[in-house]
Amino acid sequence: MSVSYLDQPPEVQARLARLKARDVILSVDGMSKRFNSGKNNVTAIEDLSFQTHRREFLCVIGPSGCGKSTLARILAGLDTASEGWVSLDGKPVQGPGRERGMVFQGYTLFPWLSVRRNVMFGLRMAGVGKVEAQRQADEWLALVGLEKFADAYPHQLSGGMKQRVAIIRALVNRPRVLLMDEPFSALDAQTRQRMQAYLLEIWKKVDITIIFITHDLDEAVFLADRILVLDAHPGRLREMIEVPLPRPRDAAQIASPAFAATKARLEALIHGKETADEDEPYPAVPLLTDVSDEVE
Amino acid sequence: MLDRSEIAAVKPAASETDDLVRGQWFRVRAPLTRRLRIFLAIASFLLPLAVWSAVSYVPFIWHPDVLISDPGDVDYYMPGMRVTKADYAGQLAAAKTNHTAPPVGTPCNPVYLPAPGDVAAAFYTSFTTPPADQNGLWLHQSLWQSIQTIFWGFVISSIIGVPLGILCGAHSGLARLVEPFVEFFRYLPAPAFGTLAVAVLGIYAGPKIAIIVIGTLFQQILIIANTTRKADFALVEAALTLGTRNLRLLTSVIIPSVLPDLYRDQRILLGWAWTYLIVAELIGATSGISLFITQQSRYQHYANVYAAIAMIGILGLGGDLLLAALGRKLFPWDKSAA
Repeated sequence: MSVSYLDQPPEVQARLARLKARDVILSVDGMSKRFNSGKNNVTAIEDLSFQTHRREFLCVIGPSGCGKSTLARILAGLDTASEGWVSLDGKPVQGPGRERGMVFQGYTLFPWLSVRRNVMFGLRMAGVGKVEAQRQADEWLALVGLEKFADAYPHQLSGGMKQRVAIIRALVNRPRVLLMDEPFSALDAQTRQRMQAYLLEIWKKVDITIIFITHDLDEAVFLADRILVLDAHPGRLREMIEVPLPRPRDAAQIASPAFAATKARLEALIHGKETADEDEPYPAVPLLTDVSDEVE
Repeated sequence: MLDRSEIAAVKPAASETDDLVRGQWFRVRAPLTRRLRIFLAIASFLLPLAVWSAVSYVPFIWHPDVLISDPGDVDYYMPGMRVTKADYAGQLAAAKTNHTAPPVGTPCNPVYLPAPGDVAAAFYTSFTTPPADQNGLWLHQSLWQSIQTIFWGFVISSIIGVPLGILCGAHSGLARLVEPFVEFFRYLPAPAFGTLAVAVLGIYAGPKIAIIVIGTLFQQILIIANTTRKADFALVEAALTLGTRNLRLLTSVIIPSVLPDLYRDQRILLGWAWTYLIVAELIGATSGISLFITQQSRYQHYANVYAAIAMIGILGLGGDLLLAALGRKLFPWDKSAA
């Protein structure tokens, strides 16, 4: 019997019902984004609306060119929407703000500051005293097991460590929403998996709503409560998928039929489009060696 | 289908290390051992010195003149005089036909090319010999005067140029307002303002410092602005999402992120200031190392002239090496530091 991604076990149904009953934290209404480059008007996002609820984990996924990074930047206030609104706790937001933390793909730690001072940065900007900021920073560093590296410089850390610092640097500001723009795509496969599991651990302990941009289908299914699937050219809402996997999530669930069904659905939604410029079959490779028997 | 010979042609090379060594006589940016690096750095000084020594000490290389040791019966020759080879040969021939005493001399280089040994000796003696003029300055006094001129010129230029450059690099409007005029002004040769500077600032230190400021400042504004523009914008955006606003973006993100590069720029600009030094010192009342050089060349003490010029190079390079070492201490996070 085949499993559909729409078949939600009762505990998932209950969780999603509870989730949707919670306050709306961030809502996007009729958002469009056009880039004017000379004569060309490129519509990156068209008429996008969605809401996230408190402590939800929302993944945004879509083919390349669907404007998912643009979406993250608009939510963070680094870009402005051409049309539509973004509101946080019911109030429209303009420009960047510390209540919307962001974690970037490229870590973006300040290389001239020690790890501790990187974490203290947002607090210091908000006028928190040095002693208090340091106390909070050390607390968060201990939470992610990096207290030993407090005095190190970012270039002395591994990619996974840097991204953990970047995450708590945003969280120490106590944001309402954490925006993550493909945060793990620069990490090797093993570190990425550990970071995904660890992010869920952090998310469980902290009152935070996460909007997580990714192009990795497994990552989206493993992490999300709901997955916002975007179309490309222009970026439009294709489907909002509710992930039928119970929490806590673990690696064993990756092999489950529900996981496979959800992933298959995402693949159908995305990859039908993405292969557009890759349609032509690659040429057959001629035999260039005389010892090919070992692999045939 | 490919036949066997073609298959052999695309087979990988026998061994990768062989491939690295054999046939590669020009390897792009191949790393050097520490020993080789030091050796090459020393060689870069020894090579020109070797050429200079060869020209000075090997008699058959160049040596267009003859140094007279005994004038013989030639009435206008004197011991220690330098004459051309042609003139010397003429006098020898004349002495033979007239049966007079021939002049005696050895091949030598013109007076303006002293041998390395002479310059090395001059290095020592110019510090130990009192100035020929009674109001003249010792070499170390001249150098000190020059260093002061450079110092104040560079400090004044930096006080204006660095903040203005940073602001231009960070703010598009300000850059648009300042940079077109600066672009124009930087093409005006600083020495052209010499007479003007003397008219305004007198003949002593003022106009000299002004020339160094004019020569440095306009390049400085543009270079600092360009470096500031190269600040990683992703860091600015990260700071924005962490609640940083307005001028704090400048002081807490942009300036620290480009500080090691600004420091490197300042080192290059300081070298630039040195190149304006001689021109600046010739304006108004000649002073500093330029005064020393002009006086010594008036007496045809070219060994001293070379010593003084080399001294400028030593001060410049020495200062820069010191600043480079200081930079490595100041910016431990900077991986691009040499």
